[in-house]
Amino acid sequence: MKPRQKRIALIVGGLASLAVAAGLALNALDSNIALYVTPTEVVAGKIPQDKAFRIGGLVKEGSIKRDNMTVYFVITDTAKEIPVSYTGILPDLFRDGKGAVVQGRLEGNGVFAATEVLAKHDENYMPPEAQHAIDQAQKTPAPVVTQ
Amino acid sequence: MRQSIVQWFRFASPQSFYPLAGRMIPWFWAAAIVFGIAGLWISFFVAPTDAQQGEGYRIIFVHVPASWMSMFIYLVMAFWAGLGLALNTRVSAMMAQALAPTGALMATLSLVTGSLWGKPMWGAWWVWDARLTSELILLFLFLGFMALQAAIDDPRRADKAGAILALVGVVNIPIIYFSVKWWNTLHQGSTINLNKAPSMAQTMLWGMLLMALAFWMYSIAVALMRVRAIILERERNTEWVKHALE
Repeated sequence: MKPRQKRIALIVGGLASLAVAAGLALNALDSNIALYVTPTEVVAGKIPQDKAFRIGGLVKEGSIKRDNMTVYFVITDTAKEIPVSYTGILPDLFRDGKGAVVQGRLEGNGVFAATEVLAKHDENYMPPEAQHAIDQAQKTPAPVVTQ
Repeated sequence: MRQSIVQWFRFASPQSFYPLAGRMIPWFWAAAIVFGIAGLWISFFVAPTDAQQGEGYRIIFVHVPASWMSMFIYLVMAFWAGLGLALNTRVSAMMAQALAPTGALMATLSLVTGSLWGKPMWGAWWVWDARLTSELILLFLFLGFMALQAAIDDPRRADKAGAILALVGVVNIPIIYFSVKWWNTLHQGSTINLNKAPSMAQTMLWGMLLMALAFWMYSIAVALMRVRAIILERERNTEWVKHALE
């Protein structure tokens, strides 16, 4: 091989082995890279003991209750639910049925005492009229076709 | 075949690339200004308010193009650095060196605008989720590349060391891009995907694409200006530079 070809082969080989190494490392770190666990994982006991952690999911519709400065709501992944309590200011996008990530500890009574609540929004951007049209379409049941 | 290779390598010589770059720069500046004005106009006046985020979402018109650019510039920089390492072409390494500051600027812009956007929408300036962290690493890669090159006096050795760092860092690009798919993150998934229609209103998309084009043109113009300065500096002892500056 000419020195030039040798160098190219070395670079390509180096990059390929690096990619494999990075892939393996990320795979091993998987659970540590995740920002939050789901309510299902919490119920299954896959949570760090005696340590603050984050739960991510949807705010269950109609579950938000306020008592002075404290807010109570339920976070769900539609399979399992975790009740949450939080005292403080909520982000603007924290809404019924929308995504949220809460950080805190699981208390003995099964309620998650959050110290921080973050809103997680989706990747869809549309004008209010379009959103309204979609909401309407979801509310109205599909017309029954009669012959 | 032989002929075409000769043609190609002609611009690998600093002496012939220098005037070519000089002729291209005004065109890229003009395109950047035209696309920038059109993009900003659509972003501010044509694109509708977002149903969820109201007017605040408009920072997307800077945030997304800057993030795209930061990743793309890194790939281009690594490509030139790798080419220089493999073929010993002089202008390649200079191109890589010229791109790094613009890449660092784009990564910074992406992080800062993201932070400004995150506080009102998510409720936090910063979270250590996979997307944000890997973009921060990208900024450090740009800065590290620049620092490493600046730390070595012999330009050829500096190019080699920088090229290896740049190539190793390429691993980070797919991590940034796919982070929102691979892990639980606070950052939402991608709006623009290769395999499905973008989930955003048409005019918003136009604003974003025009802004992205403006960022492209700006980056090329600035990188070419910088590469001309690097060529002059590195070739200062040659006859042609003495003539060129007369």
